[in-house]
Formats: sequence, C-alpha cells, structure tokens
Amino acid sequence: MAKYMGIDVGSTTVKVCVLSEELEILYTSYERHFAKVKECVLNQLSVVEQKFGAGDYAVSITGSAGLGLAERSGLNFVQEVQAAFTAIRKYYPDADAAVELGGEDAKIIFITGGTEQRMNGSCAGGTGAFIDQMATLLNISVSEMDELSMQAEKVYPIASRCGVFAKSDIQPLLNQGARKEDISASIFQAVVDQTVAGLAQGRRIKGKVLFLGGPLYFIRGLRRAFKETLKLDDEHAIFPDNAPCFMSIGAALYSQAAKGMPLAEIISRIQEAKGSDDVVTGEPLFKDREEYERFVARHKASDLAFEDIKTYAGDAYLGIDSGSTTTKLVLITPDCKLLYQHYQSNNGQPLDIVLERLREIYELAGGRIKICGAAVTGYGEDLMKAALKADFGIVETVAHFKAAVHFNPKVDFIIDIGGQDIKCFKIKNGAIDSIMLNEACSSGCGSFIQTFAKAMGMEIDEFSKLGLFAKHPVELGSRCTVFMNSSVKQAQKEGASVEDISAGLSSSIVKNAIYKVIRAKTPDELGSNILVQGGTFLNDAVLRSFEIETGKQVIRPGIAGLMGAFGAALYAKENVRGESTLITEAELRYFTYTSKSHICKGCTSHCNVNVIGFSDGRKFISGNKCEKGAGLKPHSDELDMYHYKYERILKSVTGAKGKRGRVGLPLALGYYEQLPLWAGFFEACGFEVVLSEESSRRLYFKGQHTVASDTVCYPAKLTHGHIESLLDKGVDFIFFPCESYNLDEHDSVNHYNCPVVAYYPELLKANNERLDDENFVMPYLDLNDEKSSVRALQRALARWKVRPREIKAGLAEGFARLNRYYADVRAEGERILAAARKEGKPVVVLAGRPYHIDPEINHGIGKLLTSLGIAVLSEDSIFDKGKQVLVNVLNQWTYHARLYRAAEFVTENEDVNLVQLVSFGCGIDAITTDEVRAILESRGRLYTQIKIDEINNLGVVKIRLRSMLAAIEEQKRQKDAR
Amino acid sequence: MQDKKSVQGCETADFRDDYPKFTPAMKHTHKILVPDMLPVHFGIIVDILRRDGWDIELLRNDSRAVIDEGLKHVHNDTCFPALCVTGQFVDALKSGKYDVEHTAVLITQSGGGCRASNYIPLIRKALKAEFPKVPVISLNFSGLEKDSGFPMDLKTIIKLAFAIFYGDTLMSLYNQCKPYELREGDCEKARADCVKYIGEKFAKGGYRKYKKVTRALLERFSKVERSREEKVKVGIVGEIYVKYSPLGNSHLEEFLLSEGCEPVVPALMDFVMYCAVNNVNDAKLYNKKSIATPIFDIVYKYLHHIQKNIIKITEKYGFEPLHDFEHLRRCADKVINQGVKMGEGWLIPAEMAALAETGTDNIVCAQPFGCLPNHIAGKGTVRTLKQMYEHENIVAVDYDPSATKVNQENRIKLMLSTARENLAEKQKKAAEKTKNK
Repeated sequence: MAKYMGIDVGSTTVKVCVLSEELEILYTSYERHFAKVKECVLNQLSVVEQKFGAGDYAVSITGSAGLGLAERSGLNFVQEVQAAFTAIRKYYPDADAAVELGGEDAKIIFITGGTEQRMNGSCAGGTGAFIDQMATLLNISVSEMDELSMQAEKVYPIASRCGVFAKSDIQPLLNQGARKEDISASIFQAVVDQTVAGLAQGRRIKGKVLFLGGPLYFIRGLRRAFKETLKLDDEHAIFPDNAPCFMSIGAALYSQAAKGMPLAEIISRIQEAKGSDDVVTGEPLFKDREEYERFVARHKASDLAFEDIKTYAGDAYLGIDSGSTTTKLVLITPDCKLLYQHYQSNNGQPLDIVLERLREIYELAGGRIKICGAAVTGYGEDLMKAALKADFGIVETVAHFKAAVHFNPKVDFIIDIGGQDIKCFKIKNGAIDSIMLNEACSSGCGSFIQTFAKAMGMEIDEFSKLGLFAKHPVELGSRCTVFMNSSVKQAQKEGASVEDISAGLSSSIVKNAIYKVIRAKTPDELGSNILVQGGTFLNDAVLRSFEIETGKQVIRPGIAGLMGAFGAALYAKENVRGESTLITEAELRYFTYTSKSHICKGCTSHCNVNVIGFSDGRKFISGNKCEKGAGLKPHSDELDMYHYKYERILKSVTGAKGKRGRVGLPLALGYYEQLPLWAGFFEACGFEVVLSEESSRRLYFKGQHTVASDTVCYPAKLTHGHIESLLDKGVDFIFFPCESYNLDEHDSVNHYNCPVVAYYPELLKANNERLDDENFVMPYLDLNDEKSSVRALQRALARWKVRPREIKAGLAEGFARLNRYYADVRAEGERILAAARKEGKPVVVLAGRPYHIDPEINHGIGKLLTSLGIAVLSEDSIFDKGKQVLVNVLNQWTYHARLYRAAEFVTENEDVNLVQLVSFGCGIDAITTDEVRAILESRGRLYTQIKIDEINNLGVVKIRLRSMLAAIEEQKRQKDAR
Repeated sequence: MQDKKSVQGCETADFRDDYPKFTPAMKHTHKILVPDMLPVHFGIIVDILRRDGWDIELLRNDSRAVIDEGLKHVHNDTCFPALCVTGQFVDALKSGKYDVEHTAVLITQSGGGCRASNYIPLIRKALKAEFPKVPVISLNFSGLEKDSGFPMDLKTIIKLAFAIFYGDTLMSLYNQCKPYELREGDCEKARADCVKYIGEKFAKGGYRKYKKVTRALLERFSKVERSREEKVKVGIVGEIYVKYSPLGNSHLEEFLLSEGCEPVVPALMDFVMYCAVNNVNDAKLYNKKSIATPIFDIVYKYLHHIQKNIIKITEKYGFEPLHDFEHLRRCADKVINQGVKMGEGWLIPAEMAALAETGTDNIVCAQPFGCLPNHIAGKGTVRTLKQMYEHENIVAVDYDPSATKVNQENRIKLMLSTARENLAEKQKKAAEKTKNK
C-alpha cells in the first residue's frame, strides 16, 4: 500500500500534504517558493523522505503553477478547484459554498443548489498578491496591516476591480493623511467586494460557507470583512485550521485514483522535468560589459553641477515635488547648481518627510543661505503649499516641462515614468501641445517592479541590475499589472530565470508606455529630441529597453528622479516677486499638525473630508469636491451644464397619480435621455411614474450581486442597483425597452445604440431572480417608426388594456416633452456660453454620453471644472451648432455622432475646449476617442480625455485638467507674443 | 465612404483622410491577402477565387510578432479580433514577401451595431503610415464601402455559399473522427482528400450537386477506423473570430483534442443565416423594410432548404449533423429575444441551448476581452441556460493579447474536470440500468 501525497503549487507558495493509507492527515507544509518552484518542491519532498521514509506514494499535483510541472514530469494533475471540492466533500459534507483566495486566484464553489465552480477572470486582482501589493504601498507587512485593520473606525470606498485602481484610490487617502487603520480595513473590504461582485455574479453566497486559502487563514481582518458582508454568524462561516493547505489535502485524496510509485522516482521525475521553450524571448539588453560601460558614460554627460551647501553663501530656490509614492526636494543656486537634493519613499507621511528635510536644509545652510522662493508640485501640492506657506503651487506637468527645457531647449518629447504614473507630453512651439497620462488600467509603472522585487525577496536595485545581462529576456506583454503577473507566472512555469524575468519586466514597462499610453505607431512619432525622466528611468535596464524599443538615443538627466522638484525650483526662481512667504526656520521649529476626517453633509456627494490642523491655528481641508466641504461659500452651479441637465431631466416627471397603476423607470443608461419621453407617455396613459432613487455607491452595492459580467462599464453596472431600488419601492412593473436603434438625428450612416444600452434589459432580467414577465416589461422598439412602436407597446401593456389611440396620444405627449427638454438644453447651452464669454471665463465642452450627467458616474467633474473657474457645456447642448462631419470611421451610433459634431464646433471657437469623458470598458469609445482627437488636432486644438470608472477620486482628473489649462494659457501667451 | 443623408441647410466639414481605393481593374495587377479566420473554409474559398483569376493568398503567419504589430497599430482597447487581423496584415506586409505597390488586403464587414463594423477604417488607419498604397477591400452584403468593395456577382455568391456548406461539413466530420481515430493521421489524410475532391468539383463543375458532394465527404470519413469509447464533448460558441480562428483562440480545438475531448464547433453557415434572418426580423419588429428584405427572405429559405437536406444525409451515415437553423431559432426564443442582433447576438445563447439539447453539455464561450454584445448574449445568458439545462457546464473565456494561455487553459480545465465527472456519472447510471434489466 502506498501513502497518498498532494502537492499544491500556487503562484507564490508550495503546499505538500501526506495522508496515511487510512487517509489520516500525517503531514502538511506551506512554504513560499520565490519563483523557484522546482527547488522548493524538491526541498519539501526531501523533508517528507526524512519523516516518512522513501516508500511508495500515490501523488497528485495541483495549483496554477503546478500544471506545467505535472505535465513535464508525467505525474498526475488535478485542477485545484476540483481538489478543493474533493476535500470539502470528505471533511465538510454539509457546506453550501466555499470561497478560496490564493496568491493570484480567487474561486467560489457553490455546492448545494446546483454545483458550480467559478474562478476569477483575467481582470480581477482582489487576491493575495493584491493584498501584498497594498501592504508594500503602506510600507508595512501584511500581518501589521491586519493588526491595524482591527482598529478601524471607518471604511473608505476603494475600487475593487484591480490593484491598479485600488492604488490610485489609496494613494491620495495616504497623502491626505487618512489613518492607516481605516485604509487597511478598506483594502480588505475591497477584496470582499471584488469576490462578491466579480465571482458570485448573480448568485448569493449563503448557508454554510467555507473559507480557504492562505490569505483568509492568516488575515483576521479579511475574515471579519467577509463575515460581515455576507452576514454570516460563527456557525455559518467556517475557517478550517488547515485552510492554507486545503488544496494539497484534496490533491492527496484525489491520489487514491493514481498509482503509487517510490518516492525516489517521484523526485527524479521532478528533477528531470525540463523547461519547455514556449516562452518567447528577446535579445539581451547589452552584448557585453563594455557596451554597458559606454552606455553609462554617455548618460553621465547629462548631470547637473553641484555646489556645497555647507560653504555656499547667497540666494537659493526651493522646489518640492510631493509625488504619489515618493517625495522629492531640490535646492538650487540662481545659476542652477545643485545645493541639496532628496528623494524618499513616502511611507504614507509625506508631510513629515518634508518638514524634517526642511529643518535639515535650514540647519545645513547655517544662516548663510537665503531661500528667496519656493514652489510645490505633485499630488500633495495643496497640502504642502498650505503647510509650508510656499510661494507657488504648480501643476506637475508644467514643472516637468520647465526642468526638461533646462537640459535641452529643443526638447520635443518628454516621458516621465514614476512610481504610479506615466506622463508624456509633446512640445510644439515651446508649449505643451498634448499630454498623455496613463489611464488607470495601464499603470505598469515603477512600483510594480518594486513590488515584484520584494516578492522575489530582493531590493529593487539588485533585482533590476540582474536584468542588465540577462541572456534571454522574457516577453511579458504590455498591459496592466494583473496581466503581467500571470505572464510572469507562465514564464516561471516554463523555467525562465530571475534575470530573464527582470529584463522582461523592464521592457514591458517601456512597451506599456509607448504603445499603451502614447499609442505611437512608429518611434518617429515621439519626436527627435526625447528626454526621459522619473525615478523609474534611473533603472538602467528600463532606460536601455526604452532606447532599444525606440531605436533612439535619449537624454536622461542625472537627476531624472528629481525633475519635478527641479522644475518647481526653476519656476520659483523665474516667478518670485518680493519676499518669499516660505515658513521660516523659527516657525518651523515649533510646527506640528493633527489629522481628522469626517463625512461632509453639505450635499448628496457625501465626501470624505480630511481636516489637517496646523499648530499655528490654520487648517487644511481636503477630500472635498466643492467649496462647501472646505467651509467656503456655497458652490455656484450657474455655469455647469451637467448640473442643469441632471436637475432638468428629473423635472420631466410631474408625479401625477395614475389610475392604471405605478410604473417604475430606472434612472440609468438610455433613460438619461429618454426619460421625458417615457414619463410623458406613461403619465398621459394614466400611470403614475416612479423613478428609482438617485445613483450612489450604496445603490451600486445593492445590485452588485446580479452583475453578470464584471468587465462591463460602470453606468451599466449601476443599473442593477436601480432595478433593486424600484423593486423595493413596490412598483407594479418596471418598464425598460430594448432599442437597437436610437432616434435618427440624420448625422450618421446609421443610428444605433451601443450594444450595452440597446440590450441591457435582457441581461437584467436574466440575472435578477426577483424579475419575471409580470413585473419587468421590455418591448423591442424602434421609436423612429410609429406603427411598429404602437403595436409593440400595445402588446407589452396588454394587461392594462391600453388602447392604440391612447398609446399614440401618449407617444405624442412623450415626444413633446422630449423636444422641450432638447430645446431647454440647447437654450441653456447658449446662455452659459454667452455668460462665460461676458465674464471672460474659459469654456469646456465635457463631451460624453447622456448618462454621464449622473453625479455617481461623473464623480462631480462638472463641479471640479466650475471650481477651477471654467464654464461647462455638454456635447448635446451645442453639437447642432457644429457642421455635419465626414469622418474616417463608420459613423453609425446616434450618441457618438454628436461627439464628432461637438468637436467640429470646438475647432471653430477659439475660446472653447473639449474634454472627452470615457467610461472604462466602453468599447465603442476606443473608436470615437481617436477620431475626436484627430478632428481637434487637425485644426491645431488640444485634446483631453478623462477615463472614469467606479473610482471616486478626482486627483488625477484634476492634474489633467490643470495641465490642459496651463497648456491653453501657454498657447495663448505665445500667440499674444507673436 | 459614407453615403450621407444630409440635412438641408447644414454645412458639412470633411475630416476624412485620403486612402487608396480598390478598383476591379486591380484584379490583374494586385495580390490580395486574406486573414486566417477559418482555416478549412477559407482554404476552400481562396482556392475558388484563385480559379476565377484572383491572385489571392490566405495568410498563415501566427507568431508573437503578429500580436505585437497589432498592439502597435490598433487602439489597445479595441477588440482582440481587430488587433489580430491588423497584426497579421502588417506582419505579412513587412515580411518582404509581397510587392507593397501591388498588394491589397481583404476583410469581411457586417455593418451591424457592433464596433466590429469599424475594422475597415481601423485597418486603413494602421496601414496609412507604412503602407500608404495598400488598399483595404471590404467583403460585405450591405452596400458599405462602395468605392472599395469586393466585386460580387451571383455566381461567386453561390460558390461561396456552397464552399461554406462543405467547409462546415468537413470541419464537423474531422472533429467527430479525430478523437477516436485508431491510426494516427488518418483524419488528416481524409480531410486532405476531401479538400482535393471539393477543389476538383469547383474546378470542373458539379459543385452545385451538394447531395453528391456531401455524400462523398461522409463516405470518405466513414472509412476512418474509429474506437467506440465515449469521450467528453465540448462545444465552442462565441464571437465569430475567436470562435473559429486558431490565432484568436490560442488553438482551442487542438487543445481540446489534446485533452482527449471531442470539439463540437457549430457551422459558419449559421452565422450567415443569422445575418439574413436579422434583416427579416427587423422588418417584422420595426417595419424596417428595404428592397433587400424579400431577397434576404428568399436567400434564407433557400439556404435552409439545402441545410435540411444535408442534415438528412449526414444522419444516414451515422454522424452527428450540424444544427437545423429553425431549431436554433426556437432555442433562441427560450432564452433571449431575436431582437438582440448586434455582433453574434442571439445566435450565441441559441447555440448553447441547441448544444445542450443535442447532447453536448460542456461549452466554451469564447469572447474577446470586453466584447460589448457578449456581455449580454454570452455571459448574461449563462444563468438562464443553467436553469433550463441542469447539466449544462459553461465556461466563458476572454481572449486578449496579454491574457496568458495558462490562465485560459486553467479555466477550461476546470470546466473539463466537471465534464469528466458528469460523464462518469452518466456511464455509471447507464451501467446500472443495463444491470437492472
């Protein structure tokens, strides 16, 4: 008889289990493998040999990284969910469901009520690796994070879909000084939300639930979040003691069907398993050491001169770049020599770092140096400026441009890869011509390498140096970090070395920047004088990859990581007038601050407001979307079309009681345009119209369990909440028509709706168990054709016996209301445009879709713009003033055709600019964005795009908008100068 | 390229780039490249067109470079098929094998509400910088791209229709025999013989005698010796490109065969009929009648007539026939409205239901990452289907330039392990039944 063995090779750990002939658990182990899968497995097998001798074992391998190993060693393989299932049936036969989180996988197994097994899709990062990444960001260990989370007082909303999104939510919170305790708990909550939304997809997790896998075993905070979210008591939430090794136990049980063999044979089979050659590899970065040294020497040329701060006497200028992950300080002399520089990871408290460094500077200066001006830039700009009373706060893009020009006045392209973001600008005629920031999904930036180096148990320097002389760099693709993680997993499986992976990561980051952010087709598009900067480029492997990929020699200043701070210092030098307001040495000595947060009740946005109190009595408030939260005078929505439209569309329902019954209309998707039509129709036909409640994150969570596809856009996902809301209001039925064709505005070849808007009712009905034919009415309509519409509506409303004559009259009333709505929107557009012109305010056409007026979808971008002193128009308020356009692409969607005409209008009006709002996951906008950009740029205008998702933070958006304003200013200044 | 219904008094601004047009005269001067979508079908079609005097070539390049070129030349948020097709063209044109002054590329265009209708402008944009003289030809039946359409006459259309029927039968027979063949390579031989036979019929006439041709194909595959063991059957449905193209779905059919499964791939003709029926449906639902509507109706009825006959013959030979389209439509009605017509629309749930009803419970629903119509017609219908068919075992797989094979295969393997268990269970029950008798 043979013993049974299960080996579970996951993305980060190896687990081994040995069962006796009687299926008793004799031994389990759990160990991190640091990408050295084979060595780790062999290591553990030798432990097994010592403990239990070299007898016969029946073995099965399982796990995401175990597949290749099993194949090449000819050993039995069992899919990991299957393995878990086997073990569950033996040990917990009464379980109803199981949730398993692994290093990079998340799985749910439904056992009762139709067995079903689900794994995370390729865009779902709410897993162990995600938690690791977040811990790195907070600069604490996972267990510390767990401890902290137990003391949380509140939970912030954090995007749960993928690590990159979550990061961009967390970073600003950190910068604003939110408590780490609360952030830790919020991260765990995000993982839970991801599991519930991404995996359960329309099925409720209920009954007796098993929780498996390493993270759920080790992290109490995560367990608590799951229990609370799923509303499980101790009896129904089971956390087995052997949870981390559960799969390996399952695999061992599965081995009953395998043949036994001597342990020695198992070991030799694994030893001899070869790496296959499936992995695509590239050329080495450097041929030899000599080539590397020439490369280093060439870049040395772009270093700044130094001046000794300890001996220098005279004027100086201070620049601070409070970035998302790092803080940078630079002090320069009037002739731009470097007196002092500092570069440090934030570790969550950027203000502390700056205060400490400033004290150091004052000390080193010993009274000889006078700081004549100071400027701050970066994410933490507002806070730093307030705390230090700096002279200027400038948007980071401008700072970078200033610095770049210092190194090469002819520079025409700047690319900055930092820890969190990629920024690129093209320079034309001495002004920033176009700006590209990475969208939240493509941030395969510096911090990724850092997290990865840590996972490999190395420092980042050491790790990236390994790549310099790698023989066969691995091709890892060019998408977001989650995708790269699985590419790495695959490479490891195929036996790629750490060196090859390191080099591969460097080249991925570069490809990501060029093809994903800049979307260059040929390297020539980047320009001829390229300057690279940002901390990530200090990494020679990344720099070299960039030169190889573009086929160009570029300039990398020695202070590549400090360019923002340097630019700020230059700005201060050029612009300061009179005495600097910077905090003095004396003031600094006794300076302290406190941080508190609360929810602002000023409006429906319910912003999380952070109040930082300084010891001199001043206060700094952040997190607020409008002036109200900061205690300033109420915000004016006078020149905000988005605000107007939202208020106006709600008014299209009169609220009259109807004798026929109550119809529920969800305020989502197409209804943001057609509400007046249907409200008019139903009220004329004698129904009371009930609207779903206004969108909010809470409403989204309410419907989250019925979301069937986790990659669909946020406006669609929100719809699920609206349906729940209407059902809770107890309406007689919900009316939601399917419309392949939108209203024909004669601007396009065809007048389709996008597939999601057209057929989303089908999906809602199929995935919400509370909906049926009785309470959910979804006729197929083409409103351009009255006859068929009347017929379809008559059939759909047969139960209420609405006569064709009434339907016709109803439609007439509906269209009348819709046309009044259109007319009002256009009139308001004209009023805003005229008012803005009178006041000399810049105007932005925020071009999106009708449903983008939902404040939960646009996150208050309209407010943000007006608070920056800009008047906001919408695409539908002015497109009729633009000419009809002929475009390259097939122009066949009604809403999208408006975008092209709106763009045409903008090109004809110098004082109006366009910002395109794009929902993440909108496939059609992949086409429209390029076309709108082409229209604008063909006439020398700026194009700005803002991608929005569930992320509730406007930090990045603000940078983008301010950069755009700065660029517009600059263009204007130059025009005036000429 | 657009036929505009212009509103009176409204000025027009033209933002279009100039692009090389395709003229029928190029038949004699240009080589035409075709992307590798359905290897068997397109092989037959290319062969036919060559005989008609076209210098046409089916691309087979599928290295990583193809995907890389796609990434470089297409907006990365565009769907994966657009990326594959464009990448394949650019990679081929760069290979130096073709005279880029005298080469054109051909792509099909459906004109539906899905962004796939925009492939042509996307490819034009991609080629503009490096290959400014390469025209992009549209193969469509909706009157789009009048200045660069592939010239179609009735005879060619009929030939294409038969080629698709034969391709479908061939694909299906190969998949039904390959997992069970006793001598390695027999099925490949049979397929090669059949392709040759079909080629001869098109060359020498006789291709319209579809009953005879179909019988010959069935005859040939009957000769392949097969084992009688029962294997797991796995249906493949989804977005048209990733469903069929090995480049798009990382050689899914081969993978399933290597796992000891029988792939069941629904017919391409279903998609053709789906397009025809949608036109008729539009007329019914929205009074959207055009001159073409009755033609579509007749075409559909004619095709369906042939399909029914092919099914009858196939059954006689003991092979599993392809789906009857009317059955598919009835299946669709149980799950979703036939008004869902963008992309592959209602065809996807219809095929999933039909597969379940004909004994294929296990299904891979292949879709490009973020495919819009598939949110609704693919993933969105799974819950309904599972309620209708207890044993239906569906896995939705996203295809994407950077989604790794490991991830995809892992998910498919999960589905397969359930499939194997279900099969074992079924066999056990069947054995008990015979015992009790």
